[in-house]
Amino acid sequence: MSTPRYTRVAIGLHWLIGLMIFVSLGVGLYMVDLSLSPAKLRFYSWHKWAGVTIFTLVLVRCLWRLTHAAPPLPDPMPRWQRMVAEATHYLLYALMIAIPLAGWLMSSAKGFQTVYFGVLPIPDLLAKNKDLGETLTLIHRYLNYTMIAIICAHIGAALKHHFIDKDDILRRMLPERKASHPTAMEQIGTS
Amino acid sequence: MNYLTRTFVLIGVALAANTAQAIEYSAVQADKSTIAFTSRQMGVPVQGRFPKFTTRIAFDPAKPEMAKVDISIDLASIDAGSQDANDEVVGKQWFNVKMFPSASFTSTVVKATGAGRYEVTGPLTIKGKAVPVTATFGFKVEGNNGIFDGGFTLRRIDFAIGEGPWADLSTVANEVQINFHVVAAAAAPAPTKTK
Ligand code: HEM
Repeated sequence: MSTPRYTRVAIGLHWLIGLMIFVSLGVGLYMVDLSLSPAKLRFYSWHKWAGVTIFTLVLVRCLWRLTHAAPPLPDPMPRWQRMVAEATHYLLYALMIAIPLAGWLMSSAKGFQTVYFGVLPIPDLLAKNKDLGETLTLIHRYLNYTMIAIICAHIGAALKHHFIDKDDILRRMLPERKASHPTAMEQIGTS
Repeated sequence: MNYLTRTFVLIGVALAANTAQAIEYSAVQADKSTIAFTSRQMGVPVQGRFPKFTTRIAFDPAKPEMAKVDISIDLASIDAGSQDANDEVVGKQWFNVKMFPSASFTSTVVKATGAGRYEVTGPLTIKGKAVPVTATFGFKVEGNNGIFDGGFTLRRIDFAIGEGPWADLSTVANEVQINFHVVAAAAAPAPTKTK
């Protein structure tokens, strides 16, 4: 009996998006406190382009997830934990969509169009409006703070499963290796 | 009788010609006039404007070559698209408004280039540097008002607008598109020649 795993595509998208979000969070938090300079303008542009890329990847990921069910959680997990895990995952999906959307609308409301890599203009859905721009900036910010908290919980849970519960939760999201993992086999053997 | 008629006709023609020449658009309507600009940041067009400026204009479409334009812009009033940008561009590296509070343009040559199209050339002075620029504009009459719509491309480096790190043209482009919309009412024929 082999451990149920995520598909290769799902694994690839998970880590790619995760890495990009990590970088975008860092750049976002860093750039906002810079005083205005050409470097700041560059950071803002790259941040926006990365955000648009993440958004596109997240859409692909959602489509993939809708057509490829996630492997079921292992039996020994208590019901409340499953519910929390699932809620966390849905919340992360929601934030991965809402944050770039807020960023894009914020930019439009502030009068700075998003032009993907300086070549592909993304339409402004909102006209320039200072107050709305400030509100959307706050929305973008607090959604990000929320996501940071949830990502911490997400990583914490994954590590707890791996190192304390010693189950396969983390491993089934890791790229498959040729050799089988003894701990995994033992785990299955004993359950 | 023939003689008398001819005299009247001549006087009539002369009067008509006179009034045609005297329609000079010079009463600038500041509240209806705008000077806007579009800069490019990382390839993205960003709109801005100069809300405070004074224009003196004397333009008779029948004699465009006699036209005169004088514009003075209060640079501290700039709206460069965001508060951050406004605070930045009044500073030393950009307009340095403490030293150079205004930008000015004085026409030296105005000429017609086609139906309702004109060209105005003259020195534009910003930050103590005078550089000749040529703007094209269209002119049309709406009621008692003459409307001037035109623009030109300014190269900010010619005036050292954006020094130090900002001289990097890959983040903020050299070319800044300036667009003006000036509304001037026709002045009454008598007091046109006050200056
Ligand atoms: C998943 C994608 C994204 C993440 C993780 C992210 C994260 C962040 C973070 C952490 C900040 C700093 C918030 C603060 O402290 O105020 C920020 C700011 C910002 N983000 Fe994003 N962002 C993303 C997508 C986008 C997109 C798609 C755009 C625009 C198209 C965008 C535009 C901005 C802008 C303009 C700011 C600066 C706000 C300010 O000036 O205060 N972001 N982002």
